[in-house]
Amino acid sequence: MYTDIVREYLRKDKFPSIWCPGCGHGIILGALLRAVYKLGWDKNKIVLVSGIGCSGRTPGYVDFNTLHTTHGRALAFATGIKMANPELHVIAVMGDGDAVAIGGNHFIHTARRNLDITAIVYNNSIYGMTGGQVSPTTPVGARATTAPYGCVEKPFDVVELALGSGATFVARGSSYHVPMLDNIIKEALAHKGFSVVDVITTCPTTFGRRNRLTDDPVKNLEWIKERLVPLSKWEKMSEEERKGKLPFGIFRKQELPELTELYHEMDLKVRGEK
Amino acid sequence: MEKLLSGNEAIAEGAIYAGCRFFAGYPITPSSDLAERMSFRLPQVGGRFIQMEDEIASAGAIIGASLCGIKSMTATSGPGFSLMQEHISFAAMAEVPIVIANIQRGGPSTGLPTFPSQQDMMQARWGAHGDYEAITLVPCSVEECFYLTVKAFNLSEKYRVPAFILSDEVIAHLREKVRIPEPGEIEVIDREKPRVPPEQYYPYDDSQGEVPPLAAFGSGYRYHVTGLAHDITGFPTHDPEKVGRLLKRIVDKIRNHVSEIVEYEEYMIEDADILVFSYGCTSRACKEAIQELRRDGVKVGLWRPKVIWPFPEEELKKAASGKKAVLVVEMNYKQVGYEVERILCDMRVHWMGRADGEIIPPEEIEEEVKCILTS
Repeated sequence: MYTDIVREYLRKDKFPSIWCPGCGHGIILGALLRAVYKLGWDKNKIVLVSGIGCSGRTPGYVDFNTLHTTHGRALAFATGIKMANPELHVIAVMGDGDAVAIGGNHFIHTARRNLDITAIVYNNSIYGMTGGQVSPTTPVGARATTAPYGCVEKPFDVVELALGSGATFVARGSSYHVPMLDNIIKEALAHKGFSVVDVITTCPTTFGRRNRLTDDPVKNLEWIKERLVPLSKWEKMSEEERKGKLPFGIFRKQELPELTELYHEMDLKVRGEK
Repeated sequence: MEKLLSGNEAIAEGAIYAGCRFFAGYPITPSSDLAERMSFRLPQVGGRFIQMEDEIASAGAIIGASLCGIKSMTATSGPGFSLMQEHISFAAMAEVPIVIANIQRGGPSTGLPTFPSQQDMMQARWGAHGDYEAITLVPCSVEECFYLTVKAFNLSEKYRVPAFILSDEVIAHLREKVRIPEPGEIEVIDREKPRVPPEQYYPYDDSQGEVPPLAAFGSGYRYHVTGLAHDITGFPTHDPEKVGRLLKRIVDKIRNHVSEIVEYEEYMIEDADILVFSYGCTSRACKEAIQELRRDGVKVGLWRPKVIWPFPEEELKKAASGKKAVLVVEMNYKQVGYEVERILCDMRVHWMGRADGEIIPPEEIEEEVKCILTS
């Protein structure tokens, strides 16, 4: 399987990647490609869209139709693509600042519309590409170049935001729990409607080093392991036990009419064919 | 077929005639009825309309749809046009054809939402970051809204650039008779498609000409699009030779073809001593002033660009040659006036304008011409 994936889906001449040693992004890319492989999708029909940042470099490495857009706007471009050609499988990958700071408006509205796009948030709690500035998912107290005394603001919970905005598939995975991430992404891709996967990942270079995790990738991954608890366990935990932890798993999987299908039905009515 | 339409409706009908099948927009006065018309018309012709969450998203969505091979547009006014600049720059860099109608209202800022102006002329020219060229058309009548919209799509597709229709509050809501041409009666240009198999296709390959063919996403040609500086393959590069070649090409593909792109009207200019330069709704008042002045024996004519960017520099120079003076009339505090001064640097160039929401009455233009003659 791995040989097939490398041969079929990667633009091998674009490697090595720009990602730092120990970066979690490659793990997410691996999970995404394994999920695509298992679904057996025709790569001519896949469009991978990204915003700007470290996650934004993902499309350059994969042999699909690929679009590296502007900061925060991946979902806006993806909306145009899916609306123009509903036959295409549209995947949007975004960083945390990309998805829920500058792209927050696009994120909530794409969720509301239930357009069949899979959004994968590479959530490493930091602006990595620009050198480690505080992001809307930086935990309170964590240090960043623009939060030298520790982050004061309460972070966004990407899962809660997606649930509140009406996304019909919402899940959280991590670059530590890899086999589970493979499955979550596969389910998200297969879901008809807007699906969000919040992937908790690491940035040893700009987050780890400033937050007593060093640039050792293992220490950074262990920080994920310490914080994340499976949803089934989370539900049985007390408020006290939940402090500093995050649940992971599939939070919502709901079948609701998808936007391009609703428009298609409207077309038939307009043209008197229904 | 003849129809009584408003300027905004005529832009919508022109877009549909040109093959536009995707519109993403956000409401803003005085452009909203254009979006309304598209939301009504597109489902009838197999197209798709979507109201987005803001103007940034609207411009992004039309680029996405255009990359799927679907002709796409949006409509807005000054404040929304400002928000779209980020993606205008992207479309210029990635060479994705898009059309934007900017129905100008009074600015700056929220300004005068329900009054006309021509204050976005330079925003259309230089609004976004970086060096690029786009095309801007300025209709002065409802019928011209139709024809210049078809032309905007044609030029956008031919040159792989953003094209803008700069209308204004007056033309937008004026109702006039429009003759809608039969299908095939006027030329409709579609972007060139690749003539090579997918494995030989490069989206920015300039070996066959300045405007490389553009494949649609999903058509079997898998390629990469980025706003980063890229080489002919579409992948990022910072090699100065490759970056320089790209940037030079995206400006030269327009600058080297100005005479093929521009269109203008010359009215009573042959024997004129004074040339009035005006465009859009303002040019209508100029025309009326000229008719009145001619009755008094004043030799004056109108030179009106229909395509204003790229600027019809050589054409204007030729028309102005031998004239005593040129008067620029526009509804702003001098925008295109500076451009005319630059081009006709050895001539007497006068300017008049206002930006208070009121259109310039013909009488004021007559006065100004008389003043020039006696000065």
